[in-house]
Amino acid sequence: MNAKMSIRMNRHASPTSPSPLSGSAPGEPVSRNADASHELGVRVRDLDLWYGNTQALKSIDLDIYQNNITALIGPSGCGKSTFLRCLNRMNDLIPRVRIQGRVELDGQDVNAAGMDEVALRRRVGMVFQKPNPFPKSIFDNVAYAPRMHDIVSRKADVEALVEGSLRDAGLWEEVKDKLHQPGTSLSGGQQQRLCIARAIAVQPEVILMDEPTSALDPISTATIEDLMDRLKRRYTIITVTHNMQQAARIADYTAFFHLGEMIEYNDTKAMFSTPHTRKAEDYITGRYG
Amino acid sequence: MTHSFDAISAQLRRRHRKTRWLKRLSMGALGLAGLFLVLFFTDMLVKGLPAFKQAQIQVEVDYSEQASRLPLAAVSDAVRPLVSRGYLRLIPSRMRDDPALQGTTRSEWVLADGQVDQYLKGHHSKLSERDTATVNRLQAEGRVELRFNTRFFTSGDSKMPELAGIASAAVGTVLTLMVTLAVAFPIGVMTAIYLEEFAPDNRMTQLVEININNLAAIPSILYGLLGLAIFINVVGVPRSSPLAGGLTLALMTLPVIIISTRTALRSVPDTIRHAGFGVGCSRWQVVRDHVLPLAMPGIMTGAIIGLAQAMGETAPLIIIGMVAFIPDISGSVTDAATVMPAQIFTWGGEPDRAFIEKTSGGILVLLAVLISMNAGAVMLRKRLERRW
Repeated sequence: MNAKMSIRMNRHASPTSPSPLSGSAPGEPVSRNADASHELGVRVRDLDLWYGNTQALKSIDLDIYQNNITALIGPSGCGKSTFLRCLNRMNDLIPRVRIQGRVELDGQDVNAAGMDEVALRRRVGMVFQKPNPFPKSIFDNVAYAPRMHDIVSRKADVEALVEGSLRDAGLWEEVKDKLHQPGTSLSGGQQQRLCIARAIAVQPEVILMDEPTSALDPISTATIEDLMDRLKRRYTIITVTHNMQQAARIADYTAFFHLGEMIEYNDTKAMFSTPHTRKAEDYITGRYG
Repeated sequence: MTHSFDAISAQLRRRHRKTRWLKRLSMGALGLAGLFLVLFFTDMLVKGLPAFKQAQIQVEVDYSEQASRLPLAAVSDAVRPLVSRGYLRLIPSRMRDDPALQGTTRSEWVLADGQVDQYLKGHHSKLSERDTATVNRLQAEGRVELRFNTRFFTSGDSKMPELAGIASAAVGTVLTLMVTLAVAFPIGVMTAIYLEEFAPDNRMTQLVEININNLAAIPSILYGLLGLAIFINVVGVPRSSPLAGGLTLALMTLPVIIISTRTALRSVPDTIRHAGFGVGCSRWQVVRDHVLPLAMPGIMTGAIIGLAQAMGETAPLIIIGMVAFIPDISGSVTDAATVMPAQIFTWGGEPDRAFIEKTSGGILVLLAVLISMNAGAVMLRKRLERRW
């Protein structure tokens, strides 16, 4: 209640500036990043989500552009991971979740009756907080999904795809001599890159990353950040992070969530230098978190 | 409020003393359990091992024309009471099968009567004084001795203790358990997969869950009644058959398999499921390719424990007629059969003293099979677990 009030006050306090919630239109960033692509990838309009009777997302509008990294930041429990899971319908797995509103991928509503969540997740890959390789060999971890989706079937094609995916994930040189060892035998950072290789092996359009480096040491984190920067040329990356420096380093756009609402969406540089809302400023400067 | 150092250290001493006492008590409990185990095994071994030896006697067998009509005539009067009746009875049919035997007289090692066996093992026997003297004389000549009892492992039950063996019961156990495994394993595992991976968490599934847990605690003889009422009376499965027994034991094993499979599935971390869904697996692909391989060791352990329990079960089989005198080794799941614990139960009720060692011998065989099954389960588990 309090939060809502303060946002309204904020809104009225600066009537001349663009809406703090969005840019010129709902879902658009306040200011543009000159280097970024502005081809629309995912369009979210008026998205509400309830866990039972608790509303976890409140009327979210967000435009996510292709071939960028978009970071979702905000304090714990603000709904950023929940929002991320709406994009590939992983919330379907949680009982008693109710969703309203539109999430469009290439203009198609992902929650539409005709949209198959299995087909959707092929187009929207996901990397999780804790590295979770399958209990299979390194090779099979990468080869499993493309084989399952019939992207490749001939042995030579499978091998080429596995090598390509592992190279893209920057893991090939480290694992090429032990492809048949279990994926879990790798270090944490390597496992996370294996999970990224697994996600890109099915050539998705969007890759969702849910705090992909929070379980990793600083060196592995740096490796993964470099990797994300290279991957954005081919994929739209949406990442949740607790680490504001990380968002500042890698993201083109940043969205700030608080108590289930999207407070501010902006070009990363603008967001971290001149936040338009009080809440975002307080969070970024470390007054709460 | 005495917080002086002395007060605290006195309290500490009391606490440490309590720990020491509890440790001693638990060690005592363990020691007692171990002692009982040792006593039990020693008793079984002392009583049961003699069952693996059986007295044999060397006699002149006269395959005369008279013997083919009156088999008792094949051996001399002096040794006739010492030779097993069961052996003598077979002489005519052996002569029919092998004409070369006719009219010959051979010196052969033949099975001795059960009383001779008991006498040689130092137990009380019903041999007359004259027969005892004969046995002593033959023993001095090296013509009576205890030999390894292959018959115990190759023949079925008999009313003559020297002929009785555990083979028909062992075959019955194998057939019964095959039916049990074939029915209970797939149904149990699929039920558990449905309840754990597919079913919504509502009142209905909670009711099913509670009832499955209750089923695991039902006295096993009630399953026998159920088996009699449904499989034998309604479906018409032959009585005393491994099919009826196996189905009944499958009912009893199902809750064990369901509960252990559910536990095994639940112990697979959700991150693995999310990884599967994240790359676009359907729910069945997630279960088949990622969850089941990880849960398999637990499922196998549960299945083996369930089967081992079914293997030692006698009560429900009494009702469906598998505790019976079965001299012939059954060839199919619809023939009349008995199982090892039922055979032990039958022998345990025999008045003849010679059956005491058969009973203990049977228990030893049952234990050996159970222990090797459990060892197999542990090995299987280790092999499946090794890679990940």
